[in-house]
Amino acid sequence: MNCVDYVIALAGNPNTGKSTVFNALTGLNQHTGNWPGKTVAQATGSYVYNHKKYTLADLPGTYSLLAASVEEQIARDFLLFGNPQATIVVVDATCLERNLNLVLQVLEITDQVVVCVNLMDEARRKGLALDTAILERELGVPVIPTVARSARGLEELKEAVADVAACRIKTHPSRVIYPEAIEGAIKTLSAKLQPLLSRSNALRRRWIALRLLDGDDTVLAALTDYFVKNRREEGTV
Amino acid sequence: MSEQLQEVLQEAKKLRGELGSAAYHQIVTSLYQKAEATAQQAVRKAARRDWDRRIDDILTSRVFGYPIMLLLLAGVFWLTIQGANYPSALLSNLLFGLEEHLINFFLWLHAPAWLYGFLIAGVYRTLAWVVSVMLPPMAIFFPLFTLMEDLGYLPRIAFNMDGLFRRVGAHGKQSLTMAMGFGCNAAGVIAARIIQSPRERLIAILTNTFVPCNGRFPTLVAMAAIFFGGASVSALSGSLIASAVVLGIVLLGVLVTLAVSWLLSHTVLKGLPSNFALELPPYRPPQVGKIIVRSILDRTLFVLRRAAIIAAPAGGLIWILANVSIGGTSILSHVAGFLNPFAELIGLDGVILLAFLLGLPANEIVVPIILMSYLAAGTMTDLESISAMRKVFAENGWTWLTGLNVLLFSLLHFPCGTTLLTIKKETGSAKWTLLGFALPTAIAVIICFLVTQLVRLIGLV
Repeated sequence: MNCVDYVIALAGNPNTGKSTVFNALTGLNQHTGNWPGKTVAQATGSYVYNHKKYTLADLPGTYSLLAASVEEQIARDFLLFGNPQATIVVVDATCLERNLNLVLQVLEITDQVVVCVNLMDEARRKGLALDTAILERELGVPVIPTVARSARGLEELKEAVADVAACRIKTHPSRVIYPEAIEGAIKTLSAKLQPLLSRSNALRRRWIALRLLDGDDTVLAALTDYFVKNRREEGTV
Repeated sequence: MSEQLQEVLQEAKKLRGELGSAAYHQIVTSLYQKAEATAQQAVRKAARRDWDRRIDDILTSRVFGYPIMLLLLAGVFWLTIQGANYPSALLSNLLFGLEEHLINFFLWLHAPAWLYGFLIAGVYRTLAWVVSVMLPPMAIFFPLFTLMEDLGYLPRIAFNMDGLFRRVGAHGKQSLTMAMGFGCNAAGVIAARIIQSPRERLIAILTNTFVPCNGRFPTLVAMAAIFFGGASVSALSGSLIASAVVLGIVLLGVLVTLAVSWLLSHTVLKGLPSNFALELPPYRPPQVGKIIVRSILDRTLFVLRRAAIIAAPAGGLIWILANVSIGGTSILSHVAGFLNPFAELIGLDGVILLAFLLGLPANEIVVPIILMSYLAAGTMTDLESISAMRKVFAENGWTWLTGLNVLLFSLLHFPCGTTLLTIKKETGSAKWTLLGFALPTAIAVIICFLVTQLVRLIGLV
């Protein structure tokens, strides 16, 4: 099983059909394993697409990544330290607004994102007209409409994931701009973080600065933990 | 490396201080605003859900949210007070009319006086009081409250109150656990499981008793009607004033909840409030038939049964205490006399305090025990509901201040035995359970003491 080509994270709010997507993609190729960051058993599975092997990590369903609960911490730590080549965020088409909150937070950690808008059939039944082209333009990452229950849209999803993971698509994620005072503080902190995390990109530094500002102690713990473990080489966070 | 890390942490702390505690909230708000704007671009809604939106815009608006909430609560209280009066009188006439026949039956049997004293004046009369005083308000309040729940209004209350709870460092879902507490504090304590953060869950558990549960609610209604509702409760103005008093007491309970939550989150349970997503479900037409059946069978009768099980032995006990004498004085007078000096300080009397202590297993029996204690040794009084109760209380030296203190003490004092056991089970800690007992009790004593001394000082009584 050591010939994995890509690691893909699967995130999403609870009750969005995330597990259905996971099962539909991986079929019976599932097992549980431990991932860096937290030693919590996590369901993983794999599938083959165009002769490449993709390992899918099913993150706990969360509304956010602000680490108020253990689930949120696990999901966040995997995105931070698990180094997935792409992240699928499954969203519920019937309540897009609430789900986008998580998408925006994932986009603050990584550029390599594919949004999977699931439950499109239920949305239609509720009289919601959802324009994925507009959503794609607004978010700056591929947006794929699906009905996971009946396997609709899954081929397109695999294709988009392959393109993003192999960097064949250059994403232009839209970012949340915070009030001026906070943006200023982010800039100051990012600069201070530069010598510490010289191998990480600016996006990651910005994200860590943000968490330091909102007083998230768990990110500090995760961070120092990571530093202690990687004392020899420089942190690649 | 770690020095550099420390330096960054120092800087972050400094910047956090400059930005103030609002930083976290601002960050979350920016995220939500962006999510909302993006969603609005991509989604077009058909007209169907618009109704819900429009209602929500009013019910959860900054301007109308709170007034509507208060009006609804006041309306429910008024319906309960006004509506409970008539069936209450009817029930008490019926039950106390039956008492005479029971006495005649025992006389015909030539039963010894102590036996029918114990059974009739003790057990039966307490049960009759519990049924006639407690049942009508419960039977009206519960369906009304369930109706609001069924309509989908409760999540809107949580939405409205979220800001307040955040400011005191508690979780916005605490208002949902409080709403459960109206039914039963033990249920409210269990409901705190919906709060994930252990710190905020403990706050919700420890403060739940400041919501008057349905066992105490009839006590509040009776006290408000007797001492503040004016001479005649059937008069509209009287019941309006009484409703306002009950509303005031409930609001005081909310205020104390917020104050204690603030106190806890700044002392033993320090931390920042966590954010959460609250789904506002669509409004649904309520299922009236189901509501009535469910609230009467599941709640009213359940609570009444619990009260009756405890009231019967308590009534017997009180009768024995009142009729067994040591040194020429009844045990009841001894105990009440012993409690009296302290009770006086907080504007109650020994009997009332004893009733609250005996009411630990179930708050429902407090008022019946007080009445029993006053009546057990005395002569038969013509008993018909509220005006009779007023007379009994007046004969035993109650003033409006006593009524007010019973209201306050009932609202603020220690939770009932069931709730305490539930706190123990939910927290798994004797220490928190003890705090759950001591904290409300201390607050009840302090507030009653201050009110009493202040009123006496000004000379209003």
